Amino acid sequence: MSIETISLSGRKKVVSNKEMTFFERMYLIAIVKGLMITIKHLFTRKVTIQYPEQVREMSPVYRGQHQLKRDEQGRENCTACGLCALSCPAEAITMKAEERKPDEKHLYREEKYASIYEINMLRCIFCGLCEEACPKDAIYLTTSKVLVPSSYEREDFIFGKDRLVMPLDIAMQNAQLKNAN
Amino acid sequence: MDSTIIIEKSIIILVVFAITMLMAMYSTLAERKVAAWLQDRIGPNRAGKGGLLQPLADGLKLFSKEEFEPDTPNRFLFFVGPAVAMSTALMTSAVIPWGDRFHLFGRDIILQATDIDVALLYVFGVISVGVYGIMIGGWASNNKFSLIGAIRAASQMVSYEVAMGLSIIALLMMTGTLSLREISAQQPGMHWNVFYQPLSFLIFLICAFAETNRTPFDLAECETELIGGYHTEYSSMKMGFYLFAEYANMFISATILAVLFFGAYNYPGMAWAVENWGVNIANVIGIAVLFAKICFFIFFYMWVRWTIPRFRYDQLMHLGWRILIPLSIINIIITGIVILRAEIAVYLGF
Repeated sequence: MSIETISLSGRKKVVSNKEMTFFERMYLIAIVKGLMITIKHLFTRKVTIQYPEQVREMSPVYRGQHQLKRDEQGRENCTACGLCALSCPAEAITMKAEERKPDEKHLYREEKYASIYEINMLRCIFCGLCEEACPKDAIYLTTSKVLVPSSYEREDFIFGKDRLVMPLDIAMQNAQLKNAN
Repeated sequence: MDSTIIIEKSIIILVVFAITMLMAMYSTLAERKVAAWLQDRIGPNRAGKGGLLQPLADGLKLFSKEEFEPDTPNRFLFFVGPAVAMSTALMTSAVIPWGDRFHLFGRDIILQATDIDVALLYVFGVISVGVYGIMIGGWASNNKFSLIGAIRAASQMVSYEVAMGLSIIALLMMTGTLSLREISAQQPGMHWNVFYQPLSFLIFLICAFAETNRTPFDLAECETELIGGYHTEYSSMKMGFYLFAEYANMFISATILAVLFFGAYNYPGMAWAVENWGVNIANVIGIAVLFAKICFFIFFYMWVRWTIPRFRYDQLMHLGWRILIPLSIINIIITGIVILRAEIAVYLGF
């Protein structure tokens, strides 16, 4: 078997440059065939999703808006180690660390915390590597369907702690649920 | 008597004008819908029920757009272009027989704006004037792309008019008249010309695609090469006029195809209907039949648009000059031999 005839995929076709016959050169039959193909599509199922009324089903591994978690006592998990920023391929995360004061023990779990934690939503690609890198279970990508809202100002796309940290009442609710279980 | 004729004709002209506009308007919607369906999409369906008000929304949008004028030395021609395109597109409908006749108030009303003997020549004349709308617009735009588009459109339409005219000659040898009314009257029942002159029909159909600048002959406005072709510089309602003229032309050429080759308003059993149901009802059905044929051809235009890719320019010229014109001349010769076969047989001594 020569190398030209081997076809591992089974779909190999040798290009033929044979002279077309008179009827083939008229293209009339080819055009009619083409018309038949297109008319079939008139009756096929349409693929359009009527967006506001119909919503496409989300993937089970969907990754949406980030959230900085709190523990059962409502303290922030983040210790500002910077691993998320290091792992971020889009360099979307910046933070500034601060030492915890003795009277802030009820606010932050670790001795060091992030006084500023910002994610640039114009850079973020929602890959979830920050979530994987985090040793303190602090950052998670939620399944929230609320996407980044549009805005006229670039500053509005830099999400600070005010928009990223989990609300306190929800943290308390979660803690209660966990205790109940 | 004279005043009644004027009133009658004015009503017919108004109705024909309104119908032409309406058909052109809804052709734009149909174009988008058919395009969507053939591509497995749904198409515009938000304005009105099933998108029925979409043409109005489009028109409103075009009216409210900024009227941009390029820095052109020919400001007057820039305005004349779309006007010529639009008026020639609307003028053709004057000679089309929409139906045979109505019998109302003791009078026979002929369903045609005017029945002139040279109707077909008139149609061809008006269509060839339509080139000027495109040509003037492209020239006055002072833009290279517009000019190339206009030149392409002009040379394409001029070349295909030759083949179109020649293909019609074979038909005219059979009918022996240029009046569209008589041509339609000669095709009662299913005696449609397409069965007697299939080659002539095919050539005419191809040329009609070229004349209306539709795919696969839309080289005048091929987006990939020429941005928008001759209407690149036009905006707002002037642009709307060009697009509208294109759809009006499509409607008219579909009508001409139906009248010349597909028996106009005739349908099988029309004579029976006239006898049993009366002239009026039979003709109402006739008008509906004519419009069904027209709608089919408009659909066919759109159907072909999403099937056949655009020609290259040299292929276009090759097809026009070296295939269609010789073919139509051969068709004329064959038609002549068939018509005169008795005389030829006598002459040859058979």
